[in-house]
Amino acid sequence: MILEGKTGKWEVICGLEIHCQIISKSKIFSGASAKFGDDANQSVSFVDAGMPGMLPTLNEECVRQAVKTGLGLRAVINKYSEFSRKNYFYADLPQGYQITQFVHPIVGEGVVTIDLDDGSTKDIRIERLHIEQDAAKSIHDMSPTKSFIDLNRCGVGLMEIVTKPDFRSPEEAGAFLKKLRSIVRYLGTCDGNMNEGSMRCDASISVRPLGEDELRPRAEIKNVNSVKFAMQAIEYEAKRQVEVYENGGEIEQETRQFDATTGTTKFMRKKEFANDYRYFPEPDLPPLVLSDEFIEEIRRNLPELPDAKKVRFMETMGLTKYDASIICENKEVAEFFEQAAAGHDGKKVANWLMGDFFAMLNRKNLTIENSPVSAENLGKLVELVENNVISGKTAKDVFEIMAESGENPEKIVEEKGLKQVTDTGAIEAIVDKVIASSPDNVAAYRNGKVALRGWFVGQVMKESQGKANPQVVNELLNRKL
Amino acid sequence: MTDITKLTIAETLGGLKNKQFSATDLTKAYLKSMEDNRDLNAYVLETPEVALAQAAQSDAHYAAGTARDLEGIPLGIKDLFCTKNIRTTACSHILDNFVPQYESTVTANLFNAGAICLGKLNLDEFAMGSSTENSFFGSTINPWQYERKLVPGGSSGGSSAAVAANMCAAATATDTGGSIRQPAAFCGVTGIKPTYGRCSRYGVIAFASSLDQPGPIAKDVRDCAILLKSMAGHDVKDATSVDMKVPDFAAVIGQSVRGMKIGIPAEYRPQGLNEEMVGYWDKGIEMLRQAGAEIVDIYLPHTKYALPTYYIIAPAEVSSNLARYDGVRYGLRVDGKSLDDMYINTRSAGFGKEVKRRIMIGTYVLSAGYYDAYYRKAQKIRRLIRNDFIEAFKLCDVILTPTTPTTAFPIGDKSMSENPINMWLNDVFTVSVNLAGLPAMSLPIGLSADGLPLGLQLIGRAFDEETIFKTAAVLEKEAKFERLK
Amino acid sequence: MAIDTQMVKKIAFLSHLKVEDDKIAGTAQEFDKILDWVGQLSEVDTTDVRPLSAVNDIDLICRKDEVTEGNQADKILKNAPVAEYDYFVVPKVVE
Repeated sequence: MILEGKTGKWEVICGLEIHCQIISKSKIFSGASAKFGDDANQSVSFVDAGMPGMLPTLNEECVRQAVKTGLGLRAVINKYSEFSRKNYFYADLPQGYQITQFVHPIVGEGVVTIDLDDGSTKDIRIERLHIEQDAAKSIHDMSPTKSFIDLNRCGVGLMEIVTKPDFRSPEEAGAFLKKLRSIVRYLGTCDGNMNEGSMRCDASISVRPLGEDELRPRAEIKNVNSVKFAMQAIEYEAKRQVEVYENGGEIEQETRQFDATTGTTKFMRKKEFANDYRYFPEPDLPPLVLSDEFIEEIRRNLPELPDAKKVRFMETMGLTKYDASIICENKEVAEFFEQAAAGHDGKKVANWLMGDFFAMLNRKNLTIENSPVSAENLGKLVELVENNVISGKTAKDVFEIMAESGENPEKIVEEKGLKQVTDTGAIEAIVDKVIASSPDNVAAYRNGKVALRGWFVGQVMKESQGKANPQVVNELLNRKL
Repeated sequence: MTDITKLTIAETLGGLKNKQFSATDLTKAYLKSMEDNRDLNAYVLETPEVALAQAAQSDAHYAAGTARDLEGIPLGIKDLFCTKNIRTTACSHILDNFVPQYESTVTANLFNAGAICLGKLNLDEFAMGSSTENSFFGSTINPWQYERKLVPGGSSGGSSAAVAANMCAAATATDTGGSIRQPAAFCGVTGIKPTYGRCSRYGVIAFASSLDQPGPIAKDVRDCAILLKSMAGHDVKDATSVDMKVPDFAAVIGQSVRGMKIGIPAEYRPQGLNEEMVGYWDKGIEMLRQAGAEIVDIYLPHTKYALPTYYIIAPAEVSSNLARYDGVRYGLRVDGKSLDDMYINTRSAGFGKEVKRRIMIGTYVLSAGYYDAYYRKAQKIRRLIRNDFIEAFKLCDVILTPTTPTTAFPIGDKSMSENPINMWLNDVFTVSVNLAGLPAMSLPIGLSADGLPLGLQLIGRAFDEETIFKTAAVLEKEAKFERLK
Repeated sequence: MAIDTQMVKKIAFLSHLKVEDDKIAGTAQEFDKILDWVGQLSEVDTTDVRPLSAVNDIDLICRKDEVTEGNQADKILKNAPVAEYDYFVVPKVVE
């Protein structure tokens, strides 16, 4: 995105930091459950509560999930990593420090390819991924004078993914967030639900006159917790900064908060007042050393990721790049598609999926997992059309019945007698009848009024109650007119 | 019958087994001794009900022939070990009335071996100090020459005083810079700081995590060996505990030291070191030589940097470890208008002077701009100190040094209360061992001219406590030190 | 490195400890002495020396992903100075 200012063109520079809650049974440093929807303070161990003398122990699954995600980001896996303490006081931080990774993260540099609306792609560089513990989540609006602290979320494993400042527009950042969400969902390492806070995003934004090389001071925008908000925040913040510069002002490094109701960002604190976190190596946890076998085993069992699936769908199932991108964004959709398309024309299945099928889900407010139309039945429906058993038009009606009843399309066609007539003799009789009963139109057609052809087709279809195979009708009309 | 509280653990186990007395008799005798000696202020909490209930169980075990390793042995527990349903305070105001809902691994190991909990012992607040004067409950008094009101050493001063005064058969203790060895030396008892990772730190209130190590203080070398065997062992709940077989430490007692090499570090004999101390050190060297050991000179060139290194690393960890005391989840709370006010009011009222001093120094050395000059520098020197020992142990099997530069000093000593560094100098011979993670024992070697105990320190290779026990037993036998009666 | 009163205030703030106004100068002096004393470390050449943070040279052993603790809000809240409806309660936090 290039911003047109009063003084010239401006470029926006943006990097993202994304916190992903790790899918695991227990917390990263304790044996309490990582599901935290329970009653207050029930999913809490003495370690999470920062009780005196308690010590952290590292959950193997969190390590595995981080490595898996690292491989999904095509990143370097660091066989040696260390934990550090980040020290600050906060009600949601019982230990008075967060156990995180600082100098030696578990995952190093990687790359994510994003798909842009114009069909192009761009590589976004990943700086690092490290693992750490989540903070508690408290209630601040239950009383005018008190806050209520619930430690259930405290200690759930997080992956913090940091990108290089590679984004040049809100669209790129949005595409990245969608792609990252898609990757972690494919991997099963994070559920990616931004609205529930299991994936949270901060954006660092600066602007500079187009052509300038230096990076200018940036603002960090906290908690832009949806793709839409992230894009809005970047757009607003970039414009704000340009305005400040063009009015002779300066941008200082600062932290700002996104306000979703107004779509604006507001000042939180200056960098110089930011906490001095006093990171130092966590003395309770020795260094984490991963073996080649451990990493290789994860690599071997890595599922097919969206990019690879997309290419395969394009190459072997005849999808266009656009269709493949849409279908592969969501793992469940891709799996549904693959199941539905087995043995059928992939492109036609894709058209159905992205047309009537998604419209139906939207209308019914359903997700693909609880769709009344199964993948198998959608495949069968496409097959019925392919085999000329029903027409495309009839198929739409059959689909609506399937969406209501969940029935097998073959059964519906059978029971309702919707099978189209392909018996040339039967159709020929109808064609003959139509020709015989409208000599005027036949004469006009033969005198060059070719537009009448559609009228003949319509009459034949009407006579056959829509069951005549249109191809056969056309052939017969060609011959007889 | 002689006073059964004067017996060692080994003797006591014999008496219990032979039904000379019951665990209940024994426990009552100790409870009586605790009552008689309350003016020493060694216990900050007595738990007679718990003790008598455990004693009854021990008697049942003896009757059933299912006695465990420490069946019926009454112990005092340093109030830094969390004990389930028994108030645990680290002798800090900030942990007022804290009752843990969990048990430390070390105390669990001891109680599972049949040991009895007599109560919780005094210490310097959060184990920071060398005299127990920093305890919120007031100083413990050294049982030697009670009328002189001397310190018992620290931080495990309650432990050493209670053992010396026969107020428990033995005690748990912890050692971060000398907190087992210095009080053991001051009170004429024996204590060992095991190798870092030998005993679990789970449930031991943290002071400086990379240095802290639990261990026993007992009446003699054999008792230390017996206790350590039960305390030690790999614990999955402490990632820094080491998965190593725990040997039967007592089995080496009585073995010869003939042919062993005893290292004597030149750096531990600075100009102006207490003449009596030097005399006893030389005497110890002579005893081992007589026993057939070879005496070798070794060098630990970075010794003089150990204390300053320690006083960067330990406070840094303290500043972080003690951040959790904020008045929210347990302990003292002093209200305030805002959350930050509440934190500040609570922490300012709850921590004592020395603890605050260390929190602030630690905060400083970790803060932006100073980390490299202080903390990182100290970590590097810590490696040099450890390397010194690695080199030295190529030349010798065990190192013999004094434990402390002096004997016990009076409570309220001006030079120490006015200048913290003077107090810290108490640990000058002990801190290197913590920085290097090595095992070391202090055992009494004799009395000064004015009748106060002096201790010698034996330092071993990592996970070679056995050599220490073997050597210490020889010295103990030769020294014929008489415990308080 | 001279410690000034500003630095004492900053350290006190980061430590969440109060240093009374009349104690600031004395504290600064005391810290100066201590830092001067630990400053002797600067005489040691530590070029090429790796910092030592874990003394016992072991690698981290991970725990299996199992839920072993929970449903114990009573124990977690047992020592709470103030608790209501199974929550810890603190003065209102303004976000």
